[in-house]
Amino acid sequence: MSEDSKDLAKASDSRYSEHEYDLGLRVANPDAVVDPGLEPHRVRMTDKSVKHEKNAVRQVTALFVLSMLGSAFALYAYFAFPIELGNMGSVRLNTLFLGLGITLGLLGIGIGAVHWAKTLMPDNEVSEERHLTRGSDEKRAAAVEIINLANQESGFSRRKLIRRTLYGALAFFPLPGLIIFGDLGPNVNEKLRHTAWKPGTRLARDPNGRAIKASDVTVGSVFHVIPDGLMPDTEGYLEQKAKAAVLLVRVDPSELIETPERASWSYQGIVAYSKICTHVGCPVALYEQHTHHLLCPCHQSTFDLVNGCKVIFGPATRPLPQLPITVDKDGYLVAQSDFLEPVGPSFWDRSVK
Amino acid sequence: MTTAPVKKNSFLAGTANYVDERVGVAGILKEFGRKIFPDHWSFMLGEVALYSFLVLLLSGTFLTFFFNPSMAETIYQGSYAPLKGAHMSVAYSSSLDISFEVRGGLLMRQVHHWSALLFVAAAGLHMLRVFFTGAFRKPRELNWVVGFVLFVLGMAAGFTGYSLPDDLLSGNGLRIIDGMMKGIPVIGTSISTGLFGGEFPGTAIVSRLYSLHIMLVPALILVFLALHLFMLVIHKHTHYSGPGKKDTNVVGYPLMPVYVAKAGGFFFIVFGVIMLIATFFTINPIWNYGGYDPSPVSAGTQPDWYIGWLDGALRLAPTGIEFMVGNYTVSTNILLPLVISLVFLAAVAIYPFIENWVTGDKREHHVLDRPRNAPTRTAIGAAGVTFYAVLWAGASTDLIATNFKMSLNQVLVSMQISLIILPFVAFFVTKRLCLALQRKDREIAIHGRESGRIVRLPHGEYIEVHEPLDPHDLYKLVDFKDYKPTLARPNADGRITVGSRIRASMSKFYFEDRISPATQTEIDEAAHHNHEIEAEVKKAIESK
Repeated sequence: MSEDSKDLAKASDSRYSEHEYDLGLRVANPDAVVDPGLEPHRVRMTDKSVKHEKNAVRQVTALFVLSMLGSAFALYAYFAFPIELGNMGSVRLNTLFLGLGITLGLLGIGIGAVHWAKTLMPDNEVSEERHLTRGSDEKRAAAVEIINLANQESGFSRRKLIRRTLYGALAFFPLPGLIIFGDLGPNVNEKLRHTAWKPGTRLARDPNGRAIKASDVTVGSVFHVIPDGLMPDTEGYLEQKAKAAVLLVRVDPSELIETPERASWSYQGIVAYSKICTHVGCPVALYEQHTHHLLCPCHQSTFDLVNGCKVIFGPATRPLPQLPITVDKDGYLVAQSDFLEPVGPSFWDRSVK
Repeated sequence: MTTAPVKKNSFLAGTANYVDERVGVAGILKEFGRKIFPDHWSFMLGEVALYSFLVLLLSGTFLTFFFNPSMAETIYQGSYAPLKGAHMSVAYSSSLDISFEVRGGLLMRQVHHWSALLFVAAAGLHMLRVFFTGAFRKPRELNWVVGFVLFVLGMAAGFTGYSLPDDLLSGNGLRIIDGMMKGIPVIGTSISTGLFGGEFPGTAIVSRLYSLHIMLVPALILVFLALHLFMLVIHKHTHYSGPGKKDTNVVGYPLMPVYVAKAGGFFFIVFGVIMLIATFFTINPIWNYGGYDPSPVSAGTQPDWYIGWLDGALRLAPTGIEFMVGNYTVSTNILLPLVISLVFLAAVAIYPFIENWVTGDKREHHVLDRPRNAPTRTAIGAAGVTFYAVLWAGASTDLIATNFKMSLNQVLVSMQISLIILPFVAFFVTKRLCLALQRKDREIAIHGRESGRIVRLPHGEYIEVHEPLDPHDLYKLVDFKDYKPTLARPNADGRITVGSRIRASMSKFYFEDRISPATQTEIDEAAHHNHEIEAEVKKAIESK
């Protein structure tokens, strides 16, 4: 801190002299332009003309009356525009007129009050002294005195054993409060690794649950699929569906790039992939037929359907898990097994067996 | 003690006396009744936030009477024909009933949603105002932190409320939250199952969010609001620089009657405008989305605006950065956006302390800066705003691509690049603009305003006559605090500490480019020069 800035801190206002403040890097400017003081007050029309004043009074009154009318209209609208069940037009009218009445009731008061303040109440700016936020030295001394007295009377710093055991007690007492939240949710680690798909489960249409025959699936068509038997009244329906949802697509078998171990997972160009994005779990619901790309509408992760659903764009990293499928003796598409890895977003120990 | 100069036995005097004898209200009125509040349009932003919060409390209370936060399965039998017979949760069904069967229900739902959007928007703009005018400086650093907490709580209140109707859109929002939580190493799965009460979506989340939304979060907001306003009263409001306005005074209108009328009236205006918007503009038409189902999703889904920047951060994460450590999965594609968002928020929260440490200015500041007079701070703010804006726009990459018929991939990649480059551009441009504006101010202060009057002097020179400023106008241009960089200095032991070095280079970063305010001497000299020219002009005219 430079000497002149200290001087400035002291000199610029007498009330600061009691307490010296560091100005830091601030440059003292002894040659600063002198403050000319507050700007002169500008007289308003309502101050100098009785006619304008009376007009303003009338305007404010009119606004308050308008507010009353608005509120009264809202009461009227509540009964005059009831909702007839099933009639969406009546919902619209009820909302419209009730809302308009309340709006008028509110804006009338608001604009009226502000207009009153701006035209009829004094508009002279007033200057008031500020005080330093810190207490005066006297007050601080008194506060310290109280703390010392409290310390002396309680023996807080003298009686070390009491003080330290109190700290210990205070440290321990919140722990039960934390642990009782332990039952917020059961451990679902095992459940995250399994879905409703079992060997032989038929592939069914979402949401009507009708099983799909391989012959129904033409090249280029897309089916949103759930396991057969999963219906809205099934226990844990949404949890099951959130894991088991599958997208079924048939492409020209020659376009499929399949690893040898997955060659048997598709059926005549029909492939089934988990619909749950491996990024944060949105349904990957958009299929672009001519590029065979699957796009997640939430964060635009893009998967290449014909190449193992590998990520070709977007924030996801892992390919969509593939459901191994085949056909049963009646020609229906069935799962060979459950998914061989956990579906959906990554989690810490998803690869731990 | 008599309270008011009202005639004896009047109802008003009687009431005042009754209240004072029991509450001692006269002392409170004496202390606060004529408290001075400065007036400026930008001070209304915080008021808008406060009032929309009150509207939220009112409309929210109404909604609780009709809403049923249960995820129990039901078959819809209400009055909205397209969904008749659909399986849905009780929460969704009761939200539909509020919309279609309760008079004023849809109106109140829309009032609640619009005022939530306005609350976060006004709080955000209020924060920007406080930042760009330096209102966070001593003694208000802690109040900045309190305000920051309020802003974050506002987002929390918004998100917990957004998910309550249990419609398809909000369900997908929760799915994303679930995925994000699972991406946290080691404890992520436990956090997710703890929140959802087991597997996603479970049957607990809506009622749990409901408890948070109507009890915990609003209670916290009220507590921090009380702290915020308490400190406002302690500090007294700041005022803009100008003649008569000093760090040692406060210039404005008294609380009673002017401010009570203006601020009270403004509450009704804010309420009225929200009501007007809610009357005419549909928000969150949950009946269009259907109940939550993990399988379908609609393209072009958007979160409420204040969550957008977080969603954008998720979208802008580069492809394929998730990796394995042994058998364990590290979801960097989720952690990176999370960490970046948290670092950004932390930087916002601690900024006042950083600037205070660099300037070392320990005095109280009650006069606001014009943004141009703190070029580096303003530039930092502009860079922050740009960073936030790119993340925000990032949440709409798909809409931008489809509406402007561009490649989604290119839009996203250019956003990724912009996120890194644009804040630097914004910093540089803003800083130069501020310095240019300061130079212009200085020029006007010293030489006066250009009058547009061109005069030819006898020796052939053309000059434009400059008119001196009114002293009040002049003072507005020269009244600001001026800082200069420092060098690393050895401490008492004669050692130059790392801290001292960092502070020196930070001070260089902040104040290397500085325009000092015009001094009285400079102005006098210029005026003297002006007089000489004027005399010359006069002489020339007379000699004609």
